[in-house]
Amino acid sequence: MFIKQLTVFIENRAGRLEQVTQILKDNNINIVSVSLADTSDYGLLRLILSDPDKAVTVLKEAGLSAMTTNVIAVKLTQHVGKLGELLAILSGAGVNVEYMYGLTSGDENASIVLKTSDQNKALDAITASTFELLTTEETYSMND
Amino acid sequence: MIWNEARECMSRDEMNNLQSARLRKAVNRVYHNVEPYRKKMQEAGLEPGDINGIEDIEKLPFTTKDDLRDNYPFGLFAVPLSEIVRIHASSGTTGKATVVGYTRKDIDVWAECVARCCAMAGLGRNDIIQVAYGYGLFTGGLGGHYGAEHLGATVVPMSTGNTQKLIDMMIDFGATGLMCTPSYLMHIAEVIEERGLKDKIKLKATLNGAEPWTENMRKQIEERLGIEAHDIYGLSEIMGPGVATDCHFHRGLHIFEDHFYPEIVDPKTLKPVPDGETGELVITTLTKEGIPMIRYRTKDLTSITHEKCECGRTTARISRFKGRSDDMLIIRGVNVFPSQVEAALLTVDGITPNYQIIVDRVNHQDTLAILVEVEERFFSDEIKELENLQKKIEHAVHQAIGLHAKIKLVEPKTIERSMGKAVRVIDKRKLD
Repeated sequence: MFIKQLTVFIENRAGRLEQVTQILKDNNINIVSVSLADTSDYGLLRLILSDPDKAVTVLKEAGLSAMTTNVIAVKLTQHVGKLGELLAILSGAGVNVEYMYGLTSGDENASIVLKTSDQNKALDAITASTFELLTTEETYSMND
Repeated sequence: MIWNEARECMSRDEMNNLQSARLRKAVNRVYHNVEPYRKKMQEAGLEPGDINGIEDIEKLPFTTKDDLRDNYPFGLFAVPLSEIVRIHASSGTTGKATVVGYTRKDIDVWAECVARCCAMAGLGRNDIIQVAYGYGLFTGGLGGHYGAEHLGATVVPMSTGNTQKLIDMMIDFGATGLMCTPSYLMHIAEVIEERGLKDKIKLKATLNGAEPWTENMRKQIEERLGIEAHDIYGLSEIMGPGVATDCHFHRGLHIFEDHFYPEIVDPKTLKPVPDGETGELVITTLTKEGIPMIRYRTKDLTSITHEKCECGRTTARISRFKGRSDDMLIIRGVNVFPSQVEAALLTVDGITPNYQIIVDRVNHQDTLAILVEVEERFFSDEIKELENLQKKIEHAVHQAIGLHAKIKLVEPKTIERSMGKAVRVIDKRKLD
């Protein structure tokens, strides 16, 4: 199962990031996890939110470039080498990781968000393994 | 030194008589040999006999770059190709090339005019002059070369590109003169300073043109190199470099009125403006055989004075250029129309994105940046996709205008709009 990530384009200027968080707050949307990929001129803000569809609408209304992307969220138990095991499964399936970032959760387990070169293949490989996927409901309501 | 005192120091009356005689001849020539000119004159109800003197010039229709394009490549030539010994074409533009042809006499006149410019810069037969304009279709290289040879100087045809070699030869040969664009001269000065060679050069004077520059820049470069720098004006449609140059007093550029008749008109009403007032420079070639230009609208904004100069020359002087009356930009010596950039952007995505061209001058070198708003259809969650987009745009722009631009992706709706319409060009270069 895929979960929706929201991506927002922001220029490297003071106050841009803040504006995004303000819009989300005004619309009562909770940020579950955040990751920022940056270049010298701009950044891509990738967010896991309580309501990504609503977020896209309100951010676009505010004139920002925003889109949702299907990503995979996998539960990782807190053991040495766990992430390596997951990556071995992906490379075994011939899938390349485009980006990934941690998903903060309140309990003792961690989770990771993945975007790969072939999301369907990655999903199949992970489903066939012992790793557990996070559901949409679990993810969006995380840390509520 | 004044190269041609008889022509450069004429009284106003003598000059008017000469111009009148030459204009009558030029009008006759185009009426009988160039169909588009004849048609234009007929539409205006004019015959060559209606032009009796220079004061009648205002009756004649204007000529523009479009006339050259519409009659591409040789449609405005007034002589058979057997009489044409050289072709040049306008710089750096795709699909907008304007082609000009020269007879042997045109080449001689051109050399004479450039020799006058060199003499105005204090150069003569005992000087060694490096020509560091590009040699080729661009008029700078060969135009400068023939003029410097006509002067009798020792000419070193450097062309552009190898700055180290240019400086080495400048020192080894003891070169005293240099012709190149102002921004290239700045670059040369920087390299000379970096290598600590200022004491080794014998350079006295430079002639710099083909792109706009400021009085400030001129003074700065003179101090840095311990030389005297001169502004040389020209355009291929009229001839090439050597239409006008400033003398030692640097109070405007002397235009060689015996060959090029200058008018300053209001770019909107096209009516003449008085001396001292800014308007568009319009030039009529009085002696050109290959491709005569009647009232050619240069789109360059300037003002004119007919007062005698302290140097002794009586030729009219045009002021340092104040800009353009169309949207053409001159970036690093290359003519760029914003429409070319727009067409290039169109090839990348099929739809014109919101964009803005930003031209600036950093360390005396022109910089070109293009802001492109990131719209939904080319937005991505991956940096590498956006970087690919930037590369594609950069490539398309380079193909179209021959210049490398920095492509900056910006948020939607951030490009400045004036009355709801996006501002397409911001030129931050200060030219006064």
